[in-house]
Amino acid sequence: MSSAIEEGKTYEPGTYPDLPPPASTVGIIGWVRENLLSSTANIVLTILAAYLIWVVVPPSLNWLFFNAVFEGASRDECRAVMNEAGVKGACWAFIGHRFELFVYGFYPEAERWRVNVSFFLMLAALVPILYDKTPQRGRMMIGSAIAPFVIGWLLIGGLGLEPVPTDKFGGIMLTLVIGVTGIVGSLPLGIALALGRASHLPALRMVCVVFIEFIRGVPLITLLFVASTMLNYFLPPGTTFDLLLRVLIMVTLFASAYLAEVVRGGLQAIPKGQQEAADSMGLKYWQSMRLIILPQALKISIPGIVNTFIGLYKDSTLVIIIGMFDPIGVGRASLADTKWQGLSTEVYVFVAIFFFISCIAMARYSLYLEKKLHTGH
Amino acid sequence: MSTPEAEVSTQASEGSNLQISDEVVIKIRDMHKWYGAFHVLKNVNLEVNRGERIVICGPSGSGKSTLIRCINRLEEHQQGDIIVDNVELTNDLKNIDAIRREVGMVFQHFNLFPHLTVMENCALAPIWVKQVPRKEAEETAMKYLERVKIPEQADKFPGQLSGGQQQRVAIARSLCMNPRIMLFDEPTSALDPEMIKEVLDVMIELAKEGMTMLCVTHEMGFAKTVANRVIFMDGGEIIEENDPHEFFDNPQHERTKLFLSQILAH
Repeated sequence: MSSAIEEGKTYEPGTYPDLPPPASTVGIIGWVRENLLSSTANIVLTILAAYLIWVVVPPSLNWLFFNAVFEGASRDECRAVMNEAGVKGACWAFIGHRFELFVYGFYPEAERWRVNVSFFLMLAALVPILYDKTPQRGRMMIGSAIAPFVIGWLLIGGLGLEPVPTDKFGGIMLTLVIGVTGIVGSLPLGIALALGRASHLPALRMVCVVFIEFIRGVPLITLLFVASTMLNYFLPPGTTFDLLLRVLIMVTLFASAYLAEVVRGGLQAIPKGQQEAADSMGLKYWQSMRLIILPQALKISIPGIVNTFIGLYKDSTLVIIIGMFDPIGVGRASLADTKWQGLSTEVYVFVAIFFFISCIAMARYSLYLEKKLHTGH
Repeated sequence: MSTPEAEVSTQASEGSNLQISDEVVIKIRDMHKWYGAFHVLKNVNLEVNRGERIVICGPSGSGKSTLIRCINRLEEHQQGDIIVDNVELTNDLKNIDAIRREVGMVFQHFNLFPHLTVMENCALAPIWVKQVPRKEAEETAMKYLERVKIPEQADKFPGQLSGGQQQRVAIARSLCMNPRIMLFDEPTSALDPEMIKEVLDVMIELAKEGMTMLCVTHEMGFAKTVANRVIFMDGGEIIEENDPHEFFDNPQHERTKLFLSQILAH
């Protein structure tokens, strides 16, 4: 590429050189002009946005970090420190004091190592599932399939471990148990329901439609109440059925109905020719689904699927209604302590930050996945 | 740039030299099909011998695509018999699978699997349907990709190829199953003019090797070059069938004449 044209020279057709773009359209100046100042409306919006950032961000940062008090034994100590400096900020000392409660709930202190081991086991099990370049992925997957049972054994106990009743579960650990179980359980169930609803077999289709529409037509809270109270009426007398297990089942069923509809949308977006091509080559129904249709349908559905997962994860806080202590429940219980009264903002901001970090991780992963699966069509 | 038609027709009459055996591979008897209340195929009777190259043409909506889609059961017929390679098409899934293993199909819109590479597209069915070991399936795939002259594209995704290249991959994909019969459903209709020739060349090559072919197409140059029989359909019926020279030079039926005058006029 030559960078200049000679003055006054005329070029034969086909020999005109490639020129660099005008300086005003590239670099920082070009970017600012293009994106921030391209029109009057854009200029006004840029100024408004800058004002909004100036109003919101510095005070928030001051409250969260610069003026915050991280150590102290009571609310009064926090307040004393801030009064001395003449500022207002968060009293994170409170969260620090209650941190273990936030993480483990009422899980017995001597057994908390089991929660930690379970957490790292979960992370290890997720690696080969989420990252396709894991070395020895096939073998690692077998580990991932076994991990849930090991984690269940670690958390609940028995078989040589001190049993821990599930009503001791609480805090972030409870959120993770409900969220991860719900996600892992609802994806296959949701796919199965979507395939059932798209099936040619009328009886199967009917069952799936009724299930999906019923679950979607009822608020999750109602289902949780049903799980906590009414299920006993339906079960034979004398059967005890762990409350957490019932909640896990209800949350999984609830999310699977939504997922089924998301996946059904993806299935409908696949051109009919794909199924025909698979049929014409002699692939069986399950083969064509697994190899051809579902990989494409799920790829299209990723934003919707992750949306449902994020919703499920946050909805796990609703278990507070039936007396379980998720992070919000732990926070509210902590606020009853007279030494720390009146710090509800800190509690809820802390819980919000925890959920935000979890959910943004899911959202970013879904973007990564979409990009990775893009094959130029 | 010469038009594909002109190129193709210089090779005319080669088709008549090819061997056709007496063995009947497709037998369609008194076959009817309805879409709901719409009678789309009426009393179709057709026998195809091994090695025959049949071109099916006719106005749109005449049922020609539906006819060849019935042969591998992408469409279900309601009356009459279809016997492919001595296997009768019924609701028996075993028979359908057996026939689909023997019959390859190439579609108007290629229908390649966009999430798989060219190589994976080709090796998929042999691996899963015929339980061929992966390595062997990939070697076969490479062989056929070389035959359609795009071995260098093996690791690309279909979305990165031109229409003509995609259709050639689709042909290679069908050939990987080693079919005894190939069905072509308007294989060049979705292609830009300059890409039609590369696909037709591959099909001509295939015909010369003795493949039994049924081809729905409007490429009359192709019909003249390789077909040994041309079938004209209208309104769901086979109106006329003849060898290509008779068909084009001396059409019998009024509707055939009208159709030929319309497609050859420009």
